[in-house]
Amino acid sequence: MTASTNSPAWPRRLCGSFPTDPWTVGTLIIAALVAAPIISVLLLATSPSDGIWHHLVSTVLPRYIQTTIILMIGVGICTATIGIGTAWLVTLCNFPGKRIFEWALLLPLAIPTYVVAYVYTDILEFAGPVQEILRDFFGWKSGSDYWFPEIRSLGGAIAMMTLALYPYLYLLTRIAFLQQSASLLEACRILGRGPWRAFFQVALPLARPSVVVGVSLVLMETLNDFGTVDFFSIETLTAGIYDVWLNMNNAAGAAQLATVSLAFVLTLMGIERYSRRKQKYFQTISKFQSISNFPLTRGKSFLAFFSCLLPIVLGFLIPAGVLLVYATQFYEESLSANFMLYARNSLVLSSLSAGLAALLGLFIAYGVRLSGNWILLAAARFASIGYAIPGAVLAVGVITPLSRADTALNNFTESIFGISTGLLLSGTIIAITYGYLVRFLALSYGTAEAGLSKITSNMDGAARTLGMSPTKTLIRVHFPILKGSILTAAILVFVDTMKELPMTLLLRPFNYGTLATHVHQFASDELLEESALGALAIVAAGILPVILLSATIRNTRPRHDSHERTTP
Amino acid sequence: MKRIGLLLLYSLSLLVSSERGVLNPGVAEAGGEVNLYSYRQPFLINPILRKFTQNTGIKVNVMFADKGILEKIKATPGAADAVLTSDIASLNNLTEARVLQPVKSTTLEKNIPAPYRHPEGFWYGLTMRARVLFVSKGRVKPGEVTSYEDLTKPRLRGRICTRSGKHVYNISLFASIIAHKGEAFTRRWLKGLKANLARKPSGNDRAQAKAIYTGQCDIGIANTYYMGKMQTNEKKATQKKWAASIRIVFPNQNDRGTHVNVSGGAITKRARNLVNAIKLLEFLSGDYAQKLYAGQNFEYPLKTGVAVHPLVKSWGEFKADGISLATVAKHRKTASKLVDLTDFNNFKKSSRN
Repeated sequence: MTASTNSPAWPRRLCGSFPTDPWTVGTLIIAALVAAPIISVLLLATSPSDGIWHHLVSTVLPRYIQTTIILMIGVGICTATIGIGTAWLVTLCNFPGKRIFEWALLLPLAIPTYVVAYVYTDILEFAGPVQEILRDFFGWKSGSDYWFPEIRSLGGAIAMMTLALYPYLYLLTRIAFLQQSASLLEACRILGRGPWRAFFQVALPLARPSVVVGVSLVLMETLNDFGTVDFFSIETLTAGIYDVWLNMNNAAGAAQLATVSLAFVLTLMGIERYSRRKQKYFQTISKFQSISNFPLTRGKSFLAFFSCLLPIVLGFLIPAGVLLVYATQFYEESLSANFMLYARNSLVLSSLSAGLAALLGLFIAYGVRLSGNWILLAAARFASIGYAIPGAVLAVGVITPLSRADTALNNFTESIFGISTGLLLSGTIIAITYGYLVRFLALSYGTAEAGLSKITSNMDGAARTLGMSPTKTLIRVHFPILKGSILTAAILVFVDTMKELPMTLLLRPFNYGTLATHVHQFASDELLEESALGALAIVAAGILPVILLSATIRNTRPRHDSHERTTP
Repeated sequence: MKRIGLLLLYSLSLLVSSERGVLNPGVAEAGGEVNLYSYRQPFLINPILRKFTQNTGIKVNVMFADKGILEKIKATPGAADAVLTSDIASLNNLTEARVLQPVKSTTLEKNIPAPYRHPEGFWYGLTMRARVLFVSKGRVKPGEVTSYEDLTKPRLRGRICTRSGKHVYNISLFASIIAHKGEAFTRRWLKGLKANLARKPSGNDRAQAKAIYTGQCDIGIANTYYMGKMQTNEKKATQKKWAASIRIVFPNQNDRGTHVNVSGGAITKRARNLVNAIKLLEFLSGDYAQKLYAGQNFEYPLKTGVAVHPLVKSWGEFKADGISLATVAKHRKTASKLVDLTDFNNFKKSSRN
């Protein structure tokens, strides 16, 4: 990874000939590889779709769109409130239990959304224990005697997704708060602002890039979810995509619907970028002495304590507890001979993908920053929208370019060496790993980009003036500052790939299983209890990195009073 | 960077050390094996596949997935030789996409009755289940409901539960009504059924039994085998109670018969292990497999003369709709559109009256 260092102006702009340095070319190649499946979905959308649009527009499409918008707004607002609120509390306020909340607030990340939905439906539906107890207690006979919120509803889906997804926002905003200079907040307090105004006028605007990345990740995840909306019979765009694809046997129509939902995401992103087109968010002051936390009164401590406790109890302890109970009763069914093999497969796949995604995400984010070229930025953004496409649709998008590449590779090796490679790419775990990268690059690229955006370009300038190459600048200057962001990226991808299902199912080789596919075979036959051990193993595998992540994040705050090395 | 590097190294080393097959596609080898894509869950098919390997020495490589198998076959033709499906929908979609080849086999034709296989041999049904009514033993009098058509009667207002109208099992049922009675009738029927619902269509088939047990509704639409799965559930004894609170009504016994659906098998157009793939389908249609494959999931064997599981037998004999499933499948698209047109899934209690 060497780079041409004698570029006169930095950052470079697109003028005259297109830059051909390794960073630019590398970024474009990675972006193109990752974008290939997305493009193949778009291409599929151009084939004729049997007049499906007339039917959709005149019947269900308006409702699909309306439901999707309400779901996204609901999940967006709820996750932002919980995620940012708890991040602010544990980072800048003093109250009992704060040290534990710092990491425990991340735990719901480890539980797949559909598992949360299954568990709560069991508990809260008409036949569940909660309503049964209420009926017994008040002597109600039937459902018409009382009112109870229906869990299988749009509101229920918003609640389930909020519980499962708020940690993304918590995580990213917390890093942003930690990296903010204490002196800004102190200045704000000295000038007579209360903690609320310090939060709304200084800390939150400064954290905006991270909040935006967090919210867009949550919204994309909400948009592509099928497990929960299907279970609750909520008619979103994604549910519509599957309906057109599988019930109407119309893949082209499904791809067209997917394109509409992508346009949705791109528009949202565009509006956000436009609204802060003239703003930059650098941390220019380097005083990072420990933030003087806001002391809370007794009553407020109590409130803060419960605000942090509630999402953990609802999003982690209850679902994990129910899984644990099931797992102890049904471990024989799920502990098949292959269980350990599946666990190993999951770990291998997830760590491989996490490492690759973190490196590629950083590479692209830095490539875009170096060139300052809009084409690169556009390519990188496009490559990361795979996250918004429903997994099974994206998986189909992955197969097509891979099988083409297989044919080409096969023809090449046969003509030169006389060896047939068969389906080396699409028939092996290369396919899944590639699929994961396509789907989850948004996580690692977004996190790296948010981290880089907070480093002023003067740093690059200084390093380059002192004779460092771009690569050296990245390793010696940026990396120590970005360590937290990069690790965050890797762990987010790790945890997400552990849970990933539709792509894993379709892209895996013969006779190959992971914990997620093991869970699915039972869950898809309505056997949640039998799948509990596998689900619990996914949760367990996710917890350790999540705790590790939290510890690392706390240490990312640059300290002047410590003797820690500041270079890697 | 170091940590990530270590992580990568670690996973790569595990990868290299793991057994053959992970980086080896295993499809280029000829003879002695058959590559299978399956819509059916591994725990349902593995015991029977093991037996096939024992009997024939043919190794079966399996990949299970519930969506996208069709597209995967299109993109990598020849990677799989055979497909097992869990219902008629995917058999029909595969046939329409022209990724299958017709199979002529006297064994298969002898074992599987004509309505349950494709006329040209593009697919063969292997097990059968009926889409019946689960009715409350206490609250539904014998003879009160005897047909699908009865479900729209005003006296059943607010008493019916079902899973999503878009679920493949319901779509096939609706398609069969279109096939017999036409589109206009089915649209009215769906409206009438919607008006009689007790709650928004949701949950799975077992959830309908649970709702009847708890008194939320009196009648549910469900597949027969769920009854068996609940009746034999030792670990979740509450499910036995659900099952005990209901009885099965086989609709339309006085006219066309109850709607049935099949799980089935087919062979891909570019199958490389054609002979083995046909052997597998023939094995699955034979006495031994029919009994085991159907019995395990409380389904009905298709081969005549094969004993039905005693529990399944206890639900009573019934007359199955004799219409060709290939014909029913042709109406699935229309059925799906009718669910949209009647806004079936968008049921609200307040909007009923």
